[in-house]
Order: sequence, then structure tokens, then C-alpha cells
Amino acid sequence: MTATKLSRILPTLRKAGDALAGAPAQVALLDALPLSRSFEDALAASSLFPLRPVRLDILQVNVGRKCNQTCRHCHVDAGPDRTETMPRDVIEAVLRFLERERIPTFDITGGAPELHPDFREIVTRAADTGAHVMHRCNLTAILLPNYRDIPALLATNKVEIVASLPYFQARETDTQRGSGVFEESIESLKWLNALGYGTGGELTLNLVSNPVGTFLPGDQQALEKHWKRELQRRYGVTFDQLYTITNMPISRFLDFLEHAGRTIEYMTKLANAYNPTAAAGVMCRNTLSVGYDGMLYDCDFNQMLELALEASAPQTIFDAGRASLEQRSIVVGPHCYGCTAGAGSSCGGATA
Amino acid sequence: MADHTHYYNGPDLGRFGEIATGAPALAEKFFAWYGAVFEEGALTAREKSLIALAVAHAVQCPYCIDAYSNDALQKGSNLDEMTEAVHVAAAIRGGASLVHGVQMLTHVEQAGM
Repeated sequence: MTATKLSRILPTLRKAGDALAGAPAQVALLDALPLSRSFEDALAASSLFPLRPVRLDILQVNVGRKCNQTCRHCHVDAGPDRTETMPRDVIEAVLRFLERERIPTFDITGGAPELHPDFREIVTRAADTGAHVMHRCNLTAILLPNYRDIPALLATNKVEIVASLPYFQARETDTQRGSGVFEESIESLKWLNALGYGTGGELTLNLVSNPVGTFLPGDQQALEKHWKRELQRRYGVTFDQLYTITNMPISRFLDFLEHAGRTIEYMTKLANAYNPTAAAGVMCRNTLSVGYDGMLYDCDFNQMLELALEASAPQTIFDAGRASLEQRSIVVGPHCYGCTAGAGSSCGGATA
Repeated sequence: MADHTHYYNGPDLGRFGEIATGAPALAEKFFAWYGAVFEEGALTAREKSLIALAVAHAVQCPYCIDAYSNDALQKGSNLDEMTEAVHVAAAIRGGASLVHGVQMLTHVEQAGM
């Protein structure tokens, strides 16, 4: 295995002191866009307003914002300079909640979750509760010298890996994720295949593809067939499913849109592609998102926009209960068009 | 309002459906057939999109180039494939001119001694 190379790291919006580094500036910008109808009105026209949870199936936990990459579409503004990390008391509360409420799926995200100092313990204890554990993997952190034990740990605990790979060649992938990322990602995928991931057995390796640009994802099934053929043919890499995810107009992708003068064009495209079937299947209806500080959100996107759960619902993991959470109305905004456009988009791919 | 100052006006692509104004029944047949042509079949929708992109260059239709550049990307194609498709169109166009040279050659042969 070759030594990992230092991928090109861009400064985070936070580090650059960018005007869109803060959530309130992003929310104000999105709210001021002259869209033909509000997201609330779109939901109402589909008899879905106010949007309500169906049931709580997935506890998605953002353990911190530190990452070894600075992808250009990142809605977290994650990067090496971010220091937000989930503390011990929140980890304990999260694991208590997972066990007490018997949540079927525990979805670990970040940042690069591996960089959390207690990542190994979180994975092991979450798996011990009997939950299905998912790890959102950037495919390069596991190549760093102090993290090479992680894939074996994930395999032992039968953790599902959801790995980001926008395209099956370097130009597109490196444009979005940083130069050199593609080569390292293929190295990691080969390693994961060798451990039994994505080879048809019990270790699941799913890939996530965000468009490298301002277009919507194509048909998920057709792309999956294409990705499987090309990754096998070019690199001998196999995987289970491809999830297509729409780029969300939040943080670094919103900053990109603003600098390119394409925000209204992109948001209009998303709004015009509103799909009621996708809206009915949005992930916030079966997911609860937990921030590094224990705050609760309807999804990881609302978390980054600091849109807390509605006031009548529990606000932190310390006072969370399934019954009261399932009574809430979901907080929505213009960014939600990202999850309802075309075939829909969620952390599990298309929804329609 | 329609823009009468340009023969080719980008937003006109979005108004394509208005062609039904004069002959709705024909438009309905055309758009239904058009949609069916581009469905997944013996060729994938991605391959059809690349063919459409190449033909768009051959017939030099700016609306089609706009539409199928975006469509090909969305269908999972990339700049390499799309550029090769355009070269195929260019090669056929160039070849079509050049192969007529054989007709010219025949004339020269017949006119000569």
C-alpha cells in the first residue's frame, strides 16, 4: 500500500472569514431568493404541510466538523481547521438514547468521523446495542497513519460503509474533493474489497455520488449500472449500491453558487423539479439529527443552517424521547427543494 | 415576451412546448414519440444522450447542444466521452465532404485523356 499523499486543502469558509461562513447569513440569502413559490406552499399543494415525521428509524449523529479534506460542495464547511468535536457527556447521552428507544439504524457522520478520538468506542458500543451502524467515509482518512486500523474495526462490527465517490475517474472527483483524492479513494476501495466489503457478502459498501456541477443527479439505477461496470473494468473495484445525492445550497456549495452568480438559476432548477413523491419520502420524516453539542435537528442540513427543532419539541439529546419527537412538525426552508427535486435526494440516495 | 432581436435565443428552448399552439395533435404525437425514443432500451439513456449530442453538433442546433450537454452530464457522461462524440460528428461531416471528392475525381478522369 502506498503512503497517503497530502491532498490539496482549501481553506474552510470559517478560516477564510467568508461572509457565508455563518448560518444566519446563509438562511437570510436563501430566504430572500425570488422563487416562484415557497417550499411551504409546494408542500401544501401536495397536502404535506406541515411536514410530519412518519417514525424514527435513523439516528444520524454528527460527531464533529474536523476533516482531512475540504470538498467544494461540503454543506458542513468541514476541514482540518475545524475543532468542533462531540464531548463525552453527549456521546453517553446519544448511546443511551439509541439503546433506550431501540432506534434501528445509527448513522455516523461528520466531518470525517474517524478523526473523532472516541470513534472506535462509539462504533463498538453502538453496534453492541444491536443497531445497524453506518459510517460515512471520505475514503482518505482511513489511509492516514493513525487510522489504518479503522477498516478492520468496521468489518468486525459489520458496519455499513457509505463512501463518497462522485465519479469513476480523477478529473471530476478531484475537482470536487481535492487533487489526489481520487487515487487515494481507489486505493481505499481496493483495500475495503480485500476485507470483504462490497463483494456480495455481509459487509456492505455503498457509494455516494454528488453531481460535480449544478445539474441534478441522473437516474440512480442507470448510474449504478454504469459506475459498477466502469469501476470494475478500470480498477477491479466492486460495491453494493450507488446513492445519488443532490448538491445542497448550503455552506461551500452555496458559496460556489454565489461566486459563480448561479444561485437563483440553481434554486429555480431545484424548485421547478419539485416532485411530490420525493417530498413524501424525505429523510427528515424518519431521521433525527444530533449535533456535536447534543442539539437536535430534523436533518444534517438544518443542523448546518442552525435551524433547531420546533420550539415545542425536545431541543437536546439529553431530554429527547421518541414519543414527543414523533409529534413535532419538521422545520423547512428553501434549501429543502434540494431533497425534493427530480427523483429526490437523501442520505440513502433517491427517494422517488 | 418573445425576443425578436436574435435568431437564436437561449430561453426559447424552454418554450419548445409552445410549438403545440398551432397543431396540438401533431405536437402531442411528436413529444410522445420523442420521449419514447430516449427511454432506456437496447441502448442506454446515456448512450442515446451522447448520440443526440453528436447529432446536435452535426445539425448545428444550439438549442440541442444546450440541452444535451446538460443531459449527457446528468446521465453520467463526462467531458472525455462528450468530446469524442463531437469528434465523431465532425469526422462524419468532414468525411462526407471528402468522400464527394471521389465524384470530383471521376469528372477529372472522364475529362482527361
